[in-house]
Formats: sequence, C-alpha cells, structure tokens
Amino acid sequence: MALKAAEINESTRWQDLTEGLKIFEPASSRLFETGEWRTMTPVLDTETCTQCLLCVPYCPDSSIPVRDGKRGAFDLDHCKGCGICAAACPFGAITMKEGR
Amino acid sequence: MNATTFDYKEIQGREERLAPGHRLCAGCGATIAVRNVLKALHPGDHAVVGNATGCLEVSSYTYPYTAYEDSYIHSAFENAGATLSGVETAYRVLKKKGKIGADYKFITFGGDGGTYDIGLQSLSGAMERGHDMVYVCYDNGAYMNTGIQRSSATPPFADTTTTPAGKVSAGKPQPRKDLAAIMAAHNIPYVGQTTFIGNMKDLYTKSERAIYTEGPAFLNIMAPCPRGWRYEAPELIAICKAAVETCYWPLFEVVEGKWSLNYEPKKKLPIEEFLKRQGRFKHLFTPENEHCIGEFQAEVDRRWEELLARCAQ
Amino acid sequence: MAVRTRMSGNEAVSHAIRQISPDVMPAFPITPSTEIPQYISTMIANGEIDTEFIPVESEHSAMSAAIGAGAAGARVFTATSSAGLALMWEVVYVAASSRLPLVMAVVNRGLTGPLNINAEHSDSMGARDSGWIQIYAENNQEAYDNMLQAYRIAEHAEVHLPVMICQDGFITSHAVENISLLEDEPVKKFVGEYEPEHFLLNEKEPMAVGPYAVSNYCMEAKKAQAEAMIRAKKVILDVAREFEELSGRTYGFYEAYRMEDAEYAVVAIGSVCGTTKDAVDRLREAGVKAGLVKVRVFRPFPGEELAEALRGCKAVAIMDRCESYSGEGGPLGAELTAAMYRAKLAAETVNIVYGLSGRDVRVEDMERVYDDLRKMAEEGLRFAQYPYLGLRE
Repeated sequence: MALKAAEINESTRWQDLTEGLKIFEPASSRLFETGEWRTMTPVLDTETCTQCLLCVPYCPDSSIPVRDGKRGAFDLDHCKGCGICAAACPFGAITMKEGR
Repeated sequence: MNATTFDYKEIQGREERLAPGHRLCAGCGATIAVRNVLKALHPGDHAVVGNATGCLEVSSYTYPYTAYEDSYIHSAFENAGATLSGVETAYRVLKKKGKIGADYKFITFGGDGGTYDIGLQSLSGAMERGHDMVYVCYDNGAYMNTGIQRSSATPPFADTTTTPAGKVSAGKPQPRKDLAAIMAAHNIPYVGQTTFIGNMKDLYTKSERAIYTEGPAFLNIMAPCPRGWRYEAPELIAICKAAVETCYWPLFEVVEGKWSLNYEPKKKLPIEEFLKRQGRFKHLFTPENEHCIGEFQAEVDRRWEELLARCAQ
Repeated sequence: MAVRTRMSGNEAVSHAIRQISPDVMPAFPITPSTEIPQYISTMIANGEIDTEFIPVESEHSAMSAAIGAGAAGARVFTATSSAGLALMWEVVYVAASSRLPLVMAVVNRGLTGPLNINAEHSDSMGARDSGWIQIYAENNQEAYDNMLQAYRIAEHAEVHLPVMICQDGFITSHAVENISLLEDEPVKKFVGEYEPEHFLLNEKEPMAVGPYAVSNYCMEAKKAQAEAMIRAKKVILDVAREFEELSGRTYGFYEAYRMEDAEYAVVAIGSVCGTTKDAVDRLREAGVKAGLVKVRVFRPFPGEELAEALRGCKAVAIMDRCESYSGEGGPLGAELTAAMYRAKLAAETVNIVYGLSGRDVRVEDMERVYDDLRKMAEEGLRFAQYPYLGLRE
C-alpha cells in the first residue's frame, strides 16, 4: 500500500516514497498550515456582517468556510492574512489586526 | 447558469475544490481564478485538472501535498494543452470500452508564459483537434514564477526584470498579444475573457459555459500578481475594476464565432486609473515618460474600438 | 500456428500493434517512422482496431499526450525517429520519472547536423539516460517480437517504466523480409489486459501526478526509479522465456553468435549484426575463431553479462552507429569498456564508429574489422584514436 501524505516527510526512505511521487488521495495540502505565514489577521465583526458572502470568492486560500448559506469563522490554520476579504466587504465587517 | 438561474449563495456553498495549504503568495490572483473556475463545476461532477509548470504548479502540488480535490496532472511548462488532450482521449476510449463509469470534465490551467508563449503551439493543437476540454489562462502578464520576466502578455511599458525601466528605457516596448482573438480564430465553440468583478457572476457564468460546452473552450482570466505588479494585496479588487472600467481588460465572449460584449462602462475611465495603482508603471508618471501613457491610452482605445466592431457584427 | 509472410520492419511493428490494440496513440509524422502511424490510422479507419489516434501538432505534444493518456489509465503507444525524439526530449524524461508504462517504436535515424534521414543510433542513444528501457532489433522479426514483449515488461509491477523498441531506419524499417507472425488470439492472451492500480480517471481515488519536489525527496525518487530499471533485468528475461514458449524464438539481453571458442569478437547493435554474422561465417570457414555479440537490451545495460560473454576473447571491437563527440568513442564503447574493466578482462579493445547517416557496411568491411582484431592480438596493432569504419581519408 502506498503511503498517505500524512505519513510522508523529509526523512522517509526511498523505498517508502510513493511511486513516481504520485499522491493517491485528494487535497492533502490541508495538512500544511500556511497560517504560520500570517503577519496580519482578519477579524470578523459578526454584528456588522450581513452574510452577503461577497468576501468568500476573493479568498485565495479557501479560508472562509460556508455552511448552510452562512460564512463561518476564518480558517486561521491556513489564512495567510492577505487582507483581500477586508477590501471585498462592502460593510466594513472585516478588519485586519497586526500579528497572528 | 444564466441571468435567471444564477444563485450566488448556492455557488458559495459548494464544496471547495482547491484546498487550502497551497503555497502561493498571500493575495495571489491566480489562486482566486482557479478556485472560482472549479466552483463552476456542478456538485458531484468529476474532473481532471491539468496544469502547466508555473507558480500555480510548484505551489499547489508540492510533494506530498496536492491542493486539488480532483485528479490532477502536470508534466511540463509548454504542454498543458497536449497533456490534457491525452487524458481526454483516454477518457473517451476507456468509457467506450466500458473500463470506467463516471463522467468527467477536463480543465487545465496555465499562466500567460505557459499559454501565450511557450505553450501556444500545444494549446493551438489541442483546440484545433476538438478535444472536449477547457484551457484556462490565468494571465498575470509576466513570468512570475521565475521572477517577473516579460511575456507576450505583458502590457506595454511594464517594468519587468527583462524589460526594466531605466535611463534609456520606459519598460516593455511592445503591446500585448491578443490571445483571446487568436483562440477565437480557431473556430472553437467557446472563448471567454473575464476577471474578478463584484460577485464574480461574469467569471462563474463563463466558467460554467466553458466547462459544459461540448468541445474545446478557452478562458482568459486577468489574475493580478501583487509581487509582479507591485501593489498591496487588498488592492486587487480596485485594480480589476479599473482594468475593466478603463477598457484595458474588456469582458467579452465568443460563442460559436459570435462576439459579444458582456460589460460596457458607462464612462470609460482614463488608463491612468489602472496604471497608477501598480508599481510596475510608476516610472510612467514622470515628465520624461508622460508620453508613454498617451501611447498606452491610444493602444487601449484602438483595441476597444476593434472589439466593439467585432461585437457589432 | 505461425503465419509465414513477408513485410517491412514498420509493417511488422504495426502488425504487432494491431494485435495488441492499445487504447491511445498520439503521433507526429517523421521519416522513417511515419509509416507506423499511417498503417495504424488505416487499421482504425477500417475498424480493425479500437485505438484512438491523436494527430498531434508535434512530437513534444505526442509524448505529452502519451503521458496524459498513460496517467489517465490507458495503454499507450507512439512512434518516432531522430529529430522527433529530440523534440520530445524533455517529456521523455517525465514519462519515465512519472513511472508510466508507455511503449514507443523508435525507428533509428541520425540526429540533424547535417539533415539526413538514414539509419544511425544517435537519436535513441541520446535518450539513453532518460530512464526508458531500450530494446534493439536486428531485423523485422525481432522488431515484431520485441514489440509483443514490450508492454509485459513496461507494465510489470516491479518495473513501471516506459520502453523504446528500436529498429534501424530504412535498413530494417523499409526492407521487406520474411517474417513469422503469431496469431491474434495467443498474442492477446500473452500481452493481457492493462489494469493499472492507480489512474486519474478512478472516481474512487483522485490522484495527483507531476509534483514539484524539494531536494529532500528528489534523490530518493531517482533512486527508486533506478532500482526499477535494475529490477527490469529479471522481468525482461522472464518475459523472454514466456515468449519463447509461445513462439519458439529465444531472446535475452544479447545474442551470442558463434562465441563458444571465439578469440575475436565484434559487439554491435541492430541491423549491422546480420552483415557481421555473414562475415563470421566466412571467417569460421577459413579457420578464424570469430564471433559476434549482438546487444539487444541497452537499457538496463547488461554490463556484467556482456563482459562474461566476452571472457576468453583476445580482442574485441565495440561498434557504435553513433558519434558521441566525447573524443573517446561512442556510448556502447564507453559503457562496455567500463564493464570489461570491472570484470577484469584482458582483451584488447577498439571502439569503432560506423554506418553514420546510413553509410553502408558490407560483409568485407566487417571481415577487415576481424582482421584488425587479429593484428591487435598478434602483431600489436594499435589505433591512435577510435577509428571510423570506411571513412575516406
């Protein structure tokens, strides 16, 4: 059985790496936490948010989850803090705060 | 999906097909393009995603981490068209032979370097042969992955690392190649050009048409690059809007050879509105280079008139 | 029941492909391999096979489409020559590193400079380090037989590497000779159905092909690929044994022709071996202990086995239909000499470049080679540099 991405790291032996470096599962990048890159963090004011969802498609990091027609909290494990969502919000419900 | 059936909230509620954890820069426009094109796939439909070498490739499938929910293939820089045409052909044969059951859609992504330049032949061949696939160019107007070298999609006067603005140079001397028109000249069923505007209805509608039109389709998406264009990431929205309102990046489509404009600004803004937001054009706002802005404007005007004439036919 | 008939090397390969009926064949026209896509397109047009032909716009796209189709789960075939293979170069490596069991007929022709369309091995020899298995044929029969064995080797779970089936341009590809063909059903049974474990179009298991890999993964991946090439040696012999049961024809890494007590040996690849066999027969009649080692498998390189076949020889001529511009000779010369050194052979060796761009080689030419070998062993003849056979000077 080929290893899963979670079992592969930079000390894996050559015998154990997947053949041709192919990966046999979807979306293994979720294991890689790009949230560590962040220097600015988006903060959502749920009072001001109208749930228009205009911020959602502008997120380059798929870090604004939507369930039942409503956006949830930012996925801070992956959000890189680019701030586009704050610019996309017509109501000023998202502000960028210094730091992680 | 059309004007009456467009359901923005339903689309936003669809499962992500581009997972987080990829290593593209914060604020990357290419990622926004890919994520939203893939959202146009109907829930439950299968797809194979192709990719030319570039920023997207090295950052979205960095071993062992694939950012794709769907099957994905990359093989080289200049061959995304040919590679996916092989996948699509295999699909048709295996389906006919009863070796596979599910229906699949085929979507490949390439940057402008991999599409306008080194991959143009492979793309042209794939489109001419009529494979049922979509080629999506995320056009950020330079070879960003190797460090912002000019491509044939780079706008005139842009300061890139191979057309640097200097004492005797005002940046890239040539205008942009008109790739959408070249693709339309292949007489394929669908060509569309779009970018990120408002609720992205234009992008979703075109992506869905491109994916669900039988036969080859080409989609050109302007995808700003904060590093290469030199702007602060949140400016992306204003830049895309300016690109459309100045008619630098018109939204149009060519369906079965028929050109149509999808948006006409009420008042066409001067090109400075697009240029002034980007560091790569900063050198134009000096007394000695002012004339370049006039030349840029003249080129935008000429192309806009040409597009209006095509759409009026 | 074997079918005895006459056909060219290109026809023979195409006939094998008709019997195998692969799923996808992308190809681009180039002399002298063009006939193969022509024959196969005609079979498709007449409904004889259900292969999908992709008329690509270049060889680079032929190999790229082959990679796409192979990764998608199809059995794939393509054919090319010379500059066509050179244009594929980049993706030829990708096919191997992606561990795709593609098969490509290479109809050997010289690389351009000057432009010429005739037989030479510079095309496939240039791709010798690309990670493809390379099997060479002396004649149409071998081209056919090798093609029938190719998918069994490529698709073997211990291998998963692409295979080039090589034959000499025009000399083999276009010359019509007698051939013994197998019937369709036993061939289909021998080749079997292709059932990949992982493929892009498996709805139950999305997969990703062609990553960016950092240095800490690349070296291990290359080692795994190199080991697969080494494992291919056993698989090549196993498949050959099974093929022998089917056809009665024997194959291995090489063919030893009258080598039992040979003192003077020629080592060569391809059609020149037929000519050399005639020279050996004539010399044997005259009492000269001449022999020939015909290399069939060049990748993986059977260095140890070849050296062993040459043990006991006084002098060996290693023939290259390819100039490598190293100043030292050709690729077979370099690799075999190294293998002989490791095997501690004491034979004198000379590396001879011959037949470039289709230059004719006659039986008399080969007899002279054997005469030089005798002089090397008995009279101390030495060549200042690696010689060209039949060069005007």
